[in-house]
Amino acid sequence: MATTTNVPSSTVQTPGRPKSRRNEGTGRLAASLLSPTFIVLGLVVLYPIISAIRQSMFNSNNGLDENGFVVEGEKFVGLKNYTDIFTGDTAHRFWNAFYNTTFFTVVAVSIETLLGLAMALVMHRAFRGRGLVRASVLVPWAIPTAISGLLWAWIFNSDNGIANVILHKQVLWTTEGFHAKVAVIIADTWKTAPFIGLLVLAGLQIIPQEIYEAAKVDGARAWRQFRLITLPLVKPALLVAVLFRLLDTLRMFDLPYVLIGANKQSAETLTMLGYDQAQRLNYGPASAYAFILFLYVVVVAFMFVRILGADVIGTARAQRQPRAPRRPRTPAQKEVQPA
Amino acid sequence: MQRIRTVGQLGVAALAAAMLVACGSSDNNGSSGNNGGGSSTALEGRGPITFATGKDTSGNLQNQVDTWNSQHPNEKATVIELPESADQQRQQMVQNAQTKSDAYSVLNLDVVWTAEFAANRWVVELPKDQFDLTKFLGPTVDSGSYRDKLYAAPSTSDGGLLYYRKDLLDKAGVTAPPTTWSELQAACDKVLKLPEAKGAGCYAGQFDKYEGLTVNFSEAINGAGGVVVGDDGKPNVNTDQAKTGLNNLVQGFKSGLIPKAAITYKEEDARRAFESGKLIFERQWPYAYALGNKTDGTSKVAGKFAVAPLPGASGPGVSSLGGHNLAISAYAKNKASALDFIKYLTGEAAQKANLLATSQAPTLTSLYDDAELAKKFPYLPILKQSILSAKPRPKAVRYNDVTTAIEEDAYAALNGTKSVDDALSDLQTKLSQIIGS
Repeated sequence: MATTTNVPSSTVQTPGRPKSRRNEGTGRLAASLLSPTFIVLGLVVLYPIISAIRQSMFNSNNGLDENGFVVEGEKFVGLKNYTDIFTGDTAHRFWNAFYNTTFFTVVAVSIETLLGLAMALVMHRAFRGRGLVRASVLVPWAIPTAISGLLWAWIFNSDNGIANVILHKQVLWTTEGFHAKVAVIIADTWKTAPFIGLLVLAGLQIIPQEIYEAAKVDGARAWRQFRLITLPLVKPALLVAVLFRLLDTLRMFDLPYVLIGANKQSAETLTMLGYDQAQRLNYGPASAYAFILFLYVVVVAFMFVRILGADVIGTARAQRQPRAPRRPRTPAQKEVQPA
Repeated sequence: MQRIRTVGQLGVAALAAAMLVACGSSDNNGSSGNNGGGSSTALEGRGPITFATGKDTSGNLQNQVDTWNSQHPNEKATVIELPESADQQRQQMVQNAQTKSDAYSVLNLDVVWTAEFAANRWVVELPKDQFDLTKFLGPTVDSGSYRDKLYAAPSTSDGGLLYYRKDLLDKAGVTAPPTTWSELQAACDKVLKLPEAKGAGCYAGQFDKYEGLTVNFSEAINGAGGVVVGDDGKPNVNTDQAKTGLNNLVQGFKSGLIPKAAITYKEEDARRAFESGKLIFERQWPYAYALGNKTDGTSKVAGKFAVAPLPGASGPGVSSLGGHNLAISAYAKNKASALDFIKYLTGEAAQKANLLATSQAPTLTSLYDDAELAKKFPYLPILKQSILSAKPRPKAVRYNDVTTAIEEDAYAALNGTKSVDDALSDLQTKLSQIIGS
């Protein structure tokens, strides 16, 4: 059934107990019941972040001693790793990666959203073979990203790839240039538009059919119905999907790495920079890159939730809840049940 | 009230986490570096061992391990197959070393990793007296040594060869394979006029932005008489000879001598292009010889090609030394067994069997001089010449940084973003910073 009971996410909601007893007593009980969760979260989320911040302030490559062995140990360097990233020799590489990451995020997520929305609208209609279409639409999402990177690398192969055969041109997809970005965006969109489609489909299935019927009676045609009924009502699901995709694409690593290759200006993202440093055992700068990316993602997510009101924890749905029990009694609803 | 309490608990959790981290970190500084010291103490411990190596494309390794296992039932060896990519193999071995795990006993190291693994004390010194090093090819022993101590025993070698379409060269009247770059261009001019060579490119190597580019770049520079890193260990790449070498490649791309798509080629791409008849000359490793002669339909050039040493400035050129060496992990438990296993795999019987099965280059001189093997593998004498005159890639503890710098400037020069002069002077500056330290 569509969501009826709203399970509050345990970390933020206060337990909705009837306020008949003493407030402090229930508060203390809630605190002690929640503390194991806090401890686990602290270990799994907070400790790595703090550890990364600490590591980003140390440098471990300290040169060779007189016998040719690496000098062990870490040296405290404060914020030097960060200033090196922003203003050092490799600063242009960092800003280039920053631009690439932002470009991929904006462009890829926009295209994915449009495609995903279209897919959801198609999947929502009742037609023969709908189940098959839904299952096959999900196949790209089911393939691990690194594998799909390899698949697309074959498609974009300059000598034998299908892309060049179809275009009748020899485009060198994996070399530097705008075509590398196009290749990454195509592969990424292919993989993730179904994800948005699926989430939006879930949102579409909640919309009561009677609203459409009322609109049809009022003489509204398809586009108006879409603009004034579907879009506003599917907005919560759509925004959550877009938020997930934003956060994922900001951290994109496997596609450009496998498809285009490491160290290429046209497709290098921030995560790849961090990975590159970690490969060379420079864990200080690698942690610094990771932390900067973390801050970037947090800022984007925060702005998105604030400005666009993405309904991440279902508070809006909780407010709408009183209306839900009415739905099962409507006969028209039966048509929209999933096949 | 409740919010303050929640915040308070979050704060306590954060404080606890921070203290945990602070306490944890102070241990790191002292403890590493105690194990696996550099001195050649006697290697002890007998028992089961593991062999960490990249993907075995031949299927022959397991046979050799089975033979060892049947002869040493108490010291059984298990093969741990690592990913095919060299970078990922290195990553796995480095992670294993950093966690001081005894999961890997014998490591199959690429020649360029010896300095890094030795300097970081991840592998132990091997006793030179237990190997008869005179039987091995000189450059291969050099590739397993660091600061005059042996850290890895040479097991396979690799040198670059020039594969060429003998049938087309004969038809065009070119009697001998080219030995200089200008002879190669002249040969191509004649061959490309033939109707059979329609649509083919002249020459390709491995020019994508990865380790193969460092190899091809070094070969071009060395072949023109220049060096990347001199014998004194200092970089010296901003010379006229180096400029000539790099310019050969750059002009090759510009004039169409090297097909444009070659800038995306790794080993397999170049091999496929040669095998489908799209190239007259190809710079490739020896492994492609057996694959090119396969008669199952994958290769259109079976029996039609031959190999020669790489072209140089005024005679045969210089190839980059490749290959693999076997080392003992510093954290392995049964080092004596590991040493015996290494002696077995680098011994004559195992190397001969490996050569027959995989056509990978052995490291023992006697196998190159064996007449019977030379008949079966006609490229062996040329390969021996190639290896003996091969130059190793720069030996640096921070080899990753070195190869990244080379790849950057070489790739920029090849696709025209930087001029040859700028690329080499920038590279000289970067290498001086990395290797100088």
